[in-house]
Formats: sequence, structure tokens, C-alpha cells
Amino acid sequence: MSKKVYPDAVAALAGVLRDDMTIMAGGFGLCGIPENLIAAIKLSGVKGLTVISNNAGVDGFGLGQLLETKQVAKMVSSYVGENKLFAQQYLSGELELEFNPQGTLAERIRAGGAGIPAFFTKTGVGTLVAEGKELRQFDGETYVMESWLRADLAIVKAWKGDTEGNLIYRKTARNFNPMMAMAGKITVAEVEQLVNVGTIDPDHVHTPGIFVQRIIEGSHEKRIEQRTTRKRD
Amino acid sequence: MAWTRDEMAARAAKELRDGFYVNLGIGIPTLVANYIPAGMHVTLQSENGMLGMGPFPFEGEEDADLINAGKQTITELPYSSYFSSADSFAMIRGGHIDLSVLGAMQVAANGDLANWMIPGKMVKGMGGAMDLVAGVKKVVVVMEHCAVDKKTGALEPKLLKACNLPLTGTRVVDLVVTDLGVFSIDKHGHGKPTLIELAPGVTLEEIKSKTEAEFDVAESLFAA
Repeated sequence: MSKKVYPDAVAALAGVLRDDMTIMAGGFGLCGIPENLIAAIKLSGVKGLTVISNNAGVDGFGLGQLLETKQVAKMVSSYVGENKLFAQQYLSGELELEFNPQGTLAERIRAGGAGIPAFFTKTGVGTLVAEGKELRQFDGETYVMESWLRADLAIVKAWKGDTEGNLIYRKTARNFNPMMAMAGKITVAEVEQLVNVGTIDPDHVHTPGIFVQRIIEGSHEKRIEQRTTRKRD
Repeated sequence: MAWTRDEMAARAAKELRDGFYVNLGIGIPTLVANYIPAGMHVTLQSENGMLGMGPFPFEGEEDADLINAGKQTITELPYSSYFSSADSFAMIRGGHIDLSVLGAMQVAANGDLANWMIPGKMVKGMGGAMDLVAGVKKVVVVMEHCAVDKKTGALEPKLLKACNLPLTGTRVVDLVVTDLGVFSIDKHGHGKPTLIELAPGVTLEEIKSKTEAEFDVAESLFAA
């Protein structure tokens, strides 16, 4: 068995978690979130966490669970509209919040994983987001400097993974997971199907195993946030 | 009669062109997908990582791994593709998307847009809106002409001389479709917005009384 494979989420996070650490968590809404690893973080009781994630889950599910237990001190996100508890804790001053435009967030994480300390973007120029940041002109247009984001730990969710940590995502569950896998000092992946090497076509790998230090197979509730359907004619 | 939400979406859909890649925001902008003219090929982008967004699934065929940016279940099409959030915003920021249709809380005469935050009241976040308005070639806003103050019932104009809410972007809006009419915005110049269409039965006096920003009126409207 590969040294990367762990029996479950609790085992995969053993020796990694500590108070006040920075954790990146993949997913968009509840789509493509590492459910098992979030549950294991809750169970561990670590607190004072800075969590970098596009959203904050919903009340009672996803990262919302870590808000309930007050384990999160700060969130870096682009949109938290689905979470009443979040708004409550933020407005009462219990929780610090840093809003990033979604594309800036994605690129900051990508830059962190790629070893690029900063980049310039037009996004947010002239808004609150650019306040206090360096501005520079390129070809007559103004851009704002944004810095990289890195994390002590990245937890990601993929559809399929092999024992070397090569990952394949499924449909829109990919979202922030590939960049976060690159930006964690330690990246732990949870997959629906853990397969032997040689099973995944090397041409189909989305995240090469070099970015994944630990991997587990888990079962997933995969809750749907907005179930929308159309009628059959 | 002022335009309904669907009529506003239908009017915004007139900005679509064959071959366009388009990003639709949440709310009325989502309805624009229902008014893509037959025979026109338009590819819808969803910023959570998909090109070629299909309709809602049939009941029982929902897939938790397949949602749009509003977290609604959707379907794929034969020409769909999936990608990461970084690639998605490379498309958006990199100027590869032709048209974005967004909602708004406020639009200023110069094309400034506010649609993500009410200090002390609403903490939802900007999501992808700041990236969209910074990078997409053409930005169309679809919004009610006035907001209604929940306490007093008073109408508050949303097309303003200057926005007083935190901005999403400066000089980014090209066209504003409201329930009362359509305005083109001179976002690169110093000119006023131009009223180019009136909803049926809406008078110039009515729209003037409900608009804080000064605006010109297109000659074509006088001819009518």
C-alpha cells in the first residue's frame, strides 16, 4: 500500500491539526466539499482556525458545522449568503471576514501553489477591495496588486483518486479543489473511489499526485442546495 | 404598462449575438436563457466551472455534482466543458466572455455599479461580480427601476448621479434595462445616459420622476 493512503479522515488528519492554523477547503456551495475531512476537523476540536473557502457552507452542513462549534476565527471567502449563523457571528464581531472577489480568490490560491507571490488584476479597482493595495498602470489601464494565499493544510474532494494521489474531479465539483491541492503545505484529499495505480488514464489526471500527501476514500451525502427541476412534456 | 420580469429578460436577450459566450447572473438575468432566439447559438458560462450550461434536469435526474453559480441543479449539453475556478475566471478576467447580464442595487450615470453590499445590513459578498464587470466585453444590468423602502413604502430611484453603496466596479455598465425603459451608458466618456426605449404605456414624465440621474432622450423616441 502506498504511504499516502489512510484508513479514514481522522487518521489522515492525525498530527496535522493544531489551533490557529490556516486551512483551505475546496468546494463551491455544497458542491465538491470534503465532507469527511470537515467532520474530522469538527471532531478534533481545534479552534482559532483561519478558513479559506469560497463559501461557508450552510447552517448545519459543510463548513457551517465548524461555525456552530466556534472553531473558526476568520473566513476568507467570496460569498456567504447562504449562512445565517455566519452573518450573526460576523455582525456580533465573533468572526473575522475577508471578502475576496471570486476570481481573485481563485487566482491568489493558484499563485500560492505556483510560487508566485503577487499578481495584478483589474478586478476590484476603485472599490473597497483595492483599498490600501498597490496600484499600477499597464497599457494605460489601472490594476491592483493581489498577493498569494497559502495554507498549512488544504482539504479537497475529488471523484476518483489513486494510491499515488492522482485525482480526477467530476463535473462542477472541481471548482476550487485543484488550486487548493497545490497551495497546501499538506494536502489531504478525500475521494469517492480510491483505485490502484494504473486504473486512471494518465492523460485524464486533473491533479497530479505530487500535490497530494494523504488520501482517503469516504462516503458522501452530497447534499443539494437548490434542487431545481423542469417538468417532462 | 411597465415591463414584467420576463419582458425585461426578453429585452436583455436582444443584446445576444450568434456565437456569443455569455454569463448570466442570479435572478432576472437567469431568465434571459429562456429568450435566446431560435437558431442562435449562444454558449452560457457558469463561473463555478462550466461552459455550455443546459436546462434544469427532469425530476429524479438531479446531480449534486452539477450545479450553476446560483447552486441550482442543471444539466450538460453535447458541447459542454468543465474546468476549475481559476480557468473559469481566466475566461472572465481575460476578456473571453462576450456579454454579462447582472442585477444591481444601484447604477450611476457614469456606469458605476453597486450590487454586493449594504454596510451594516447585508453581508453576502461579491461572488464573481467584480471579476465579471472588470473582464467581460459588454455588461448589461437588468433591475427594477426603483427600490421600495420596506418601512415607508417610498420609491427609491436606483439609476443615480452617483452610487452611495460600496461599488462593484467603476465605469463598467454599458446598458441598463429596467421595468420602465432602456438606457445606454457612456462609460468611457462624460456624457449622460441616453434613454433609448420606453416600456409600453410609460411616459417620459414618469421615468424622469423616478430617475435621479440626468439623462438624454434618443431622437428615435420623439419620432414615435
